[in-house]
Amino acid sequence: MTTRSARRIRRSLRATGAGVAALLALSGCSSESSGDAGSSSKPSGTITVFAAASLQESFAKLGKTFEKQHPGTEVTFNFGGSDTLAASITSGAPADVFAAASTRTMRTVTDQDATAGRPRTFVRNRLEIATLPGNPDEIDSLEDLTRPGLKVVLCDRTVPCGAAAQSALRTGGLRLTPVSYEEDVKSALTKVVLKEADAALVYRTDVRAAGDKVEGVEFPEAAEAVNDYPIALLKDAPNPGAAGAFIDLVKSAEGQKVLTAAGFLTP
Amino acid sequence: MPLLIPAAVGLAFLLLPLLALLVRAPWRSLPEQLTSPEVWQALRLSLVCATAATALSLLIGVPLAWLLARTDFPGRGLVRALVTLPLVLPPVVGGVALLLAFGRNGVIGQWLDAWFGITLPFTTTGVVLAETFVAMPFLVISVEGTLRAADPRYEEAAMTLGASRFTAFRRVTLPLIAPGVAAGSVLAWARALGEFGATITFAGNFPGRTQTMPLAVYLALQNDPAAAIALSLVLLAVSIAVLAGLRDRWMTAS
Repeated sequence: MTTRSARRIRRSLRATGAGVAALLALSGCSSESSGDAGSSSKPSGTITVFAAASLQESFAKLGKTFEKQHPGTEVTFNFGGSDTLAASITSGAPADVFAAASTRTMRTVTDQDATAGRPRTFVRNRLEIATLPGNPDEIDSLEDLTRPGLKVVLCDRTVPCGAAAQSALRTGGLRLTPVSYEEDVKSALTKVVLKEADAALVYRTDVRAAGDKVEGVEFPEAAEAVNDYPIALLKDAPNPGAAGAFIDLVKSAEGQKVLTAAGFLTP
Repeated sequence: MPLLIPAAVGLAFLLLPLLALLVRAPWRSLPEQLTSPEVWQALRLSLVCATAATALSLLIGVPLAWLLARTDFPGRGLVRALVTLPLVLPPVVGGVALLLAFGRNGVIGQWLDAWFGITLPFTTTGVVLAETFVAMPFLVISVEGTLRAADPRYEEAAMTLGASRFTAFRRVTLPLIAPGVAAGSVLAWARALGEFGATITFAGNFPGRTQTMPLAVYLALQNDPAAAIALSLVLLAVSIAVLAGLRDRWMTAS
């Protein structure tokens, strides 16, 4: 109750002038980047992390690590499409941390003034071609995907993996008509796993997570289609102290080790 | 009247979200949102596919309803329960099941591909199949109920006068149950028009081929909520127009 009224006061303060808003943003930024609030007072309680679906495996692991390092804490996750998560955050979902799969998505949250401080890129992800096991269609390049008769699925351009696919194709000067624009990266991958499609453009991390159900093919144009993953503490975070400590863990060498093992690139 | 208050709450609960759609609609930019070719493409595909799914449901659903209502065979109760299964199944599960059956690598689909070179996922036919799977039970249940209520003695009389079973069905039974068939068709058509989960799972999403209005709404919501609201309004208007237009002619006739 007290935090809520404090928040309300902060809100009315913000309304009094842009100068106050800037000050608040600065203080939010410093407390997030230094991480003092997290380390000086011991983190405790529950933190809620909204994270892109592609982070599911590695963040679940990091959540367990965090709970072990800080007894008495509990990390709960809401994994989903970045844009869907951003929409629920800006409409008031009670979250502490947001990790998005693209800077564009994070911008929709910062535009609404919903983050405390500037989001930081903590990993990057690049595209890979997912083909059937053994690569029976002998796909070696992005251009091979444009071969007639090949069933290729892409993510819809409204979601981050689709936007990345479009810029990779632009870089290669290629025109590709897929059989479907899927609603997220996991459903694009599923169509290949079920052998309904011959290939899909997905993230490197998804290829790795699918194990031997698909085979990954790297291609040079992917270097122009890299997604930055930003993470940010949210302004209305119910548990900012512990949330800051979790962000520190994600950015630490230990966190980066877990993420690179899953196929992410360090920024 | 103690029932009046919960009844009013019930009505408000059903109508308020639809009102909210009207309140938040981007009225000023609506004309340009709705005149884009993508919208018309998706709307036309929606109407064509829902109509095709209803026709297919009539073709195979009415005989199925007749079988359930007029004949006696062991395990009929079980068959009847199985027919209603798609009504309660999450549509996305229906889509996965369709993929496993009719997909290129599916139980039946692999033979369709090997023998005829037909693959159904990612095609307009796939959309029609997905919609039929979800919508046909509405028609079957509706027609079966009407058949049970219709007096079978008219058919028996026709047959004693020399009509074959099929002629009796065509000339006597069908006209008798026409209002029930019509009501069932409208229900099935409306359900097919709103189908989302099975369609996006089984048929994918490609503008002009498999992207129906509900898919267009969902994907527009990802980055352009105003467009999503505009598309929703179109779907709402079409649904209301159809239900209102058909109600007077058919549903109250019975």
